[in-house]
Amino acid sequence: MELNSRTPSGPIEKRWEQAKFDMKLVNPANKRKYHVIVVGTGLAGGAAAATLAELGYNVKCFCFQDSPRRAHSIAAQGGINAAKNYQNDGDSIYRLFYDTVKGGDFRARESNVYRLAEISVNIIDQAVAQGVPFAREYGGTLANRSFGGAQVSRTFYARGQTGQQLLLGAYQALERQISLGKVDMHTRTEMLDLIVIDGKARGIVSRNLITGQLDVHMADAVILGTGGYGNVFYLSTNAKGSNTTAIWRAHKRGALFANPCFTQIHPTCIPVSGDYQSKLTLMSESLRNDGRIWVPKKVGDKRSPQSIPEDERDYYLEREYPSFGNLVPRDVASRAAKRMCDAGRGVGPTGLGVYLDFAESIQRLGKSAVAERYGNLFEMYERITGENPYEVPMRIYPAIHYTMGGLWVDYQLQSTIPGLFVLGEANFSDHGANRLGASALMQGLADGYFVIPYTLGNYLASTKLDKVTSDHAAAKAAKAEVTDRIKKLLSIKGKRTVDSFHRELGKIIWDYCGMARNEKGLKEAIGKVRALKKEFWENVNVLGSEGELNQSLEKAGRVADFIELGELMCIDALDRKESCGGHFREEYQTPEGEAQRDDENYAYAAAWEYAGEGKEPILNKEPLTFEYVKPSQRSYK
Amino acid sequence: MKITLNVWRQASPAEAGRMVKYELDNVSEHMSFLEMLDVLNEQLIGKGELPVSFDHDCREGICGSCGFVINGVPHGPRRGTTVCQLHMREFKSGDELFLEPWRAAAFPVIKDLVVNRSAFDRIIQAGGFVSIPTGSAPDGNAIPVPKKDSDRAMSAATCIGCGACVAACPNASASLFTSAKVSHLGLLPQGQPERYDRAVKMVNQAKEEGFGGCTNIGLCEAVCPKNISLENIARMNRDFTVGAWTYREAAAEGGAA
Repeated sequence: MELNSRTPSGPIEKRWEQAKFDMKLVNPANKRKYHVIVVGTGLAGGAAAATLAELGYNVKCFCFQDSPRRAHSIAAQGGINAAKNYQNDGDSIYRLFYDTVKGGDFRARESNVYRLAEISVNIIDQAVAQGVPFAREYGGTLANRSFGGAQVSRTFYARGQTGQQLLLGAYQALERQISLGKVDMHTRTEMLDLIVIDGKARGIVSRNLITGQLDVHMADAVILGTGGYGNVFYLSTNAKGSNTTAIWRAHKRGALFANPCFTQIHPTCIPVSGDYQSKLTLMSESLRNDGRIWVPKKVGDKRSPQSIPEDERDYYLEREYPSFGNLVPRDVASRAAKRMCDAGRGVGPTGLGVYLDFAESIQRLGKSAVAERYGNLFEMYERITGENPYEVPMRIYPAIHYTMGGLWVDYQLQSTIPGLFVLGEANFSDHGANRLGASALMQGLADGYFVIPYTLGNYLASTKLDKVTSDHAAAKAAKAEVTDRIKKLLSIKGKRTVDSFHRELGKIIWDYCGMARNEKGLKEAIGKVRALKKEFWENVNVLGSEGELNQSLEKAGRVADFIELGELMCIDALDRKESCGGHFREEYQTPEGEAQRDDENYAYAAAWEYAGEGKEPILNKEPLTFEYVKPSQRSYK
Repeated sequence: MKITLNVWRQASPAEAGRMVKYELDNVSEHMSFLEMLDVLNEQLIGKGELPVSFDHDCREGICGSCGFVINGVPHGPRRGTTVCQLHMREFKSGDELFLEPWRAAAFPVIKDLVVNRSAFDRIIQAGGFVSIPTGSAPDGNAIPVPKKDSDRAMSAATCIGCGACVAACPNASASLFTSAKVSHLGLLPQGQPERYDRAVKMVNQAKEEGFGGCTNIGLCEAVCPKNISLENIARMNRDFTVGAWTYREAAAEGGAA
């Protein structure tokens, strides 16, 4: 397949402006004639649905939660980057662009990243105007803090609940449009298939999670803002309901899936405590502003942290990376923690943990200043672990947090299926092989508020769309397939619960396609995942019926998709014979144990094409060129 | 730990519900309350019985999906904590617990511990926003906001919309929820143009949904997992009063022709 990224040429700082000017427009009276489906109500989907309705489009919007306000963007803690340079510390759009391309280990598209940096400033303005209560200085101006991978303070925040406040801003804008009748909102409704007619995305099949009813919804374009697929690992920082079904179904209908193996392990999460564990909880990266990470110098040192004297502690990030210290990017910090634990210097009952210590900050700033910055995070830690981080250092360990991979999109955020647009974490576009902290909120909102309103109009104005109804053969066929699949899941009546399959899948992917990967392990994992898929379809036990609220059935459909995606992740990781960002192949590392890229052979986005059941997926490559930020060995030393 | 659970089981809105008793051995004190229910559900499925339905999503106390009543207290015994963040170390072996869904006419039961809270969305639709279309915002620092106001607005804005306040209130009032949004936006300069109309519209919508009035009991504040303060209700009442006294229809000649 020929991949056309539709990336504009010319000076990078003019590309988005020029692209916007070149795009065709839909006049206000005609916007009312178009129908658009938006799936997902997080920062990307919620912002898109609200903004498109403000412009006059008829929007149908879907979320599986009971309210659009509960989308998982709500859980983002630390902040959102913007190149405002309010701190006068040398920030600029170009620097944010530079940091993000470098942070992504040179595996993102330069034009997209520059646009993201450019739009970042508008997002802050919009959010402030909506009433998002960002932290402020005493003079009334907006406050900033620092995040990993940057040497300037450009992160805007609302205590430890930045995602919540930004999402509520988008949610309120969306509810306003619902009340005006411009958005037809379907809560507790899940997308189960994409309808493609004449090669264009024209609708979806949905299931009402309360009644079980399957419906066909037709439209002129479909927008997915359905988030990432971190839950393939079972244990992750994602919400329990976060799933890959929408993008995976679209993939099977022809949308290419790019860089599935680029997953982000977040260095600061609360360690696993037992096998009943259902999810992992993130402790915001912002804690690394004031917390110091250390392990004992001695292997197997079981003393309590307070009784280990200063000169027997190893502040390994400060030692190994003096210029960025505790604020190195996430992939670097995670791998360093793993190295320490693999060397037997990990702490806590399982030995899989490192300390994040606030003693020095509390001494320097006072307990109340620390509480003002991180109070809610400290409370959360205490509730979960029963330990008080004001007195005992936190124990943290890396966990899956974000997925940089996703459906392949061009510069206009359109997938390889015309009329199917993909926004936010669900697409692959802006973060390369590693996302910098406080950039996910930025990307979700950039896509939803400021990119899709232009690119959707361009598509609609330049495409001839025949009138189609839900009676179309393709719509009926898609609905019939969904019905069969549900019937099949309910009829297996095997011996194992859905969760037990999900846990097993998670363990395979974590062990072989997690923080470190190698050829032998990945090959083994592919075999194991295939066997698991076979067993799932023979031995899963889903009780209840389809015509009611049935949470086991919902989970079963999602886990079936996760299993297929897990296999593709391993195939992608096996193909990429280099290390970059979050993808660390043990065979390819520098003598110091850092990721060793191979720009000559792997400077491409790997876009996988579904070839049919039981067939090997087909690899398509989008070559990446770097005109502005020259690829170099990333150094945070 | 050994825990006895009495769980409200109700197959659908149309059918009658009842308490069903379950015994759980080997509960770890490090489990969250919902992880204990996961264990129960795995056991039930193993026995061919339908698992208990309950709403949950982020499991870190921020999405507002989860919540049910434990021994008469919404979200259970620990103050300022959602049920997903409640850990079993708050209980002791041998405890008997009674789990019920939120009880309020405006929150009809869907199944087991799951209720319909869409009334909250409609209260927000009535006016819980600033009307500012994308693209029309001035620079973020154009309007300074006193830190005190911003901090207070933030405290109100942390409401997660879980519905515990309604479940705790003998009047099933949504005043704490509604006032948190009225306060959040009313305290900020960006929220001023619609401030009084907003209070009137949102309060009226809450009444329309079947939520009761506020009689200053304060149970809502006591059970709120985000510690939203009662002072917000006082602020809402002031804004409502001003709004009700000064309410004017939009001028007929006001709109562009």
